[in-house]
Amino acid sequence: MSREATHRAIEAVWRIESAKVIAHAARLVRDVGLAEELAQDTLVTALERWPVDGLPDNPGAWLMAAVKNRALDRLRQDALHARKHEELGADMDALQSHVVPDFVDALAEASEDDIGDDLLRLVFTACHPLLSTDARVALTLRLIGGLTTDEIARAFLTPEKTIAQRIVRAKRTLSEARVPFEVPRAAELPARLASVLEVLYLVFNEGYSATAGDDWMRPALCAEALRMGRVVAGLMPHESEVLGLVALMEIQASRTQARTDAEGRPVLLMDQDRSRWDPLLIRRGLDALARAEALGGARGPYALQAALAACHARARRAEETDWEQIVALYDALAVVAPSPVVEINRAVAVGMAFGPEAGLDIVDALAAEPALASYHWLPSVRGDLLAKLGRVDEARAEFERAAGMTRNARERELLTARARAVAAPP
Amino acid sequence: MRFMMIVRATPDTEAGAMPEASLIAAMTSYHEELAKAGVLLDAAGLQPSAKGWRIHHGNGRRRIVDGPFAETKELIAGYTLIQVRDREEAMEWARRFPAPMGEGTDAVLEVRQLYESCDFEPNHGVERLRETQASSTSAQA
Repeated sequence: MSREATHRAIEAVWRIESAKVIAHAARLVRDVGLAEELAQDTLVTALERWPVDGLPDNPGAWLMAAVKNRALDRLRQDALHARKHEELGADMDALQSHVVPDFVDALAEASEDDIGDDLLRLVFTACHPLLSTDARVALTLRLIGGLTTDEIARAFLTPEKTIAQRIVRAKRTLSEARVPFEVPRAAELPARLASVLEVLYLVFNEGYSATAGDDWMRPALCAEALRMGRVVAGLMPHESEVLGLVALMEIQASRTQARTDAEGRPVLLMDQDRSRWDPLLIRRGLDALARAEALGGARGPYALQAALAACHARARRAEETDWEQIVALYDALAVVAPSPVVEINRAVAVGMAFGPEAGLDIVDALAAEPALASYHWLPSVRGDLLAKLGRVDEARAEFERAAGMTRNARERELLTARARAVAAPP
Repeated sequence: MRFMMIVRATPDTEAGAMPEASLIAAMTSYHEELAKAGVLLDAAGLQPSAKGWRIHHGNGRRRIVDGPFAETKELIAGYTLIQVRDREEAMEWARRFPAPMGEGTDAVLEVRQLYESCDFEPNHGVERLRETQASSTSAQA
């Protein structure tokens, strides 16, 4: 293997193993910042030795053993250091041969064979609610996703320096607060898990909102979020909401190729060429959803959103969409996760299932909602319902209002076109 | 990007012989690793070609030919579909694939990259937009 090929191979090994290596070190030193440092040192050693010695047969095990030794060395030094301060006259030989090795050996033994558990602890620590959402996202992509600071910066259209500082500060915050490196207990779990899922879905949506011409790292965020979601689902196979989120992401990702036309303009769900939806991802999404439901999690917010996505995925043609089922799901979602945005979507579904008049009633009830005051979807949906009722002038005015509200040039184009179309004679 | 790791058929797989327990265990734990890493999309073993058939297209006609097929080495016995970030990662996972017929037995694992929709439908709109953005960026610089 050429030197360059070896380096690329090492990088690939690192991407596969880094989260586990960091997690293993963190279990020992109880500090993710220090753990990442130790992991980086381990990578440097691999980069020095593997091109000379060749790649080990089991590179993952090599890295784990190497980082463990580094972590234990570090603990021995720290313990020694602390002892020196405490008992200046102590017999160092006795210390080294008895006290120190005993304690690190016990620690090392206790940490064997629990890599999955370590990784889960790392996920929860990176998504700790003590951190801002931005910090959680950056730290998760760095520690779990194995992305470089530069990759994260490109993905979020943010200067690299900003991301680097964000990660440093996040690690310091965790360290200073002495956040324990553990999976939260049952009482805390729902809230802490919600924080993890929120981060994953945020990363996914950031990738999903990438537009043509963006750096390729942006759409790659979808795949990364999906991969991390599958990892967490594997670590917590009994948590239905994790499966719900994975199902939602799989089904949404299945539409990637159909979401924009040849000119890069967004294509509405009902107008998409469904033959371009990815059947494998749909199947995986439906499987994950079925597992979430089998666990009794059908009413979870992510599972409900996945079920909504599944309704569309199951309809081979737009006209076959089961709108009554969609209304029922939005009704349920409005109970567990009420929001004005859910209400708008519910109005659309009601309009499709029971006629535009029924949909308009819901939309009109939302007119005074302050959260929607600058949200172009409201006039856009209202325009659509009015157009169906033949109230052409009102419909046109709503589409024009919506066009004036969106900051997205492509959407503005679409809305302006709709305003023009509605004015044309039937 | 997606890669398919394809296990080529052997006389044993064509005979429908069940793999040894140790091989099944190795395959299971390898696929578990793939799943845990979030990269496994799909995997399956294929029954012998004796149970399959081919449809030959020629001279504007279709002709059905039942298996088995002679050229064993050209047949496939199973596949594993993964989604990874780059070619090197696929290479590393392929390197870790257990010896498909058990250690010490000749076998071939072939890895192929899948086309994504964007590969075979050149998207002129996207290209044009990229060019426009690139030129406007250089104009600012």
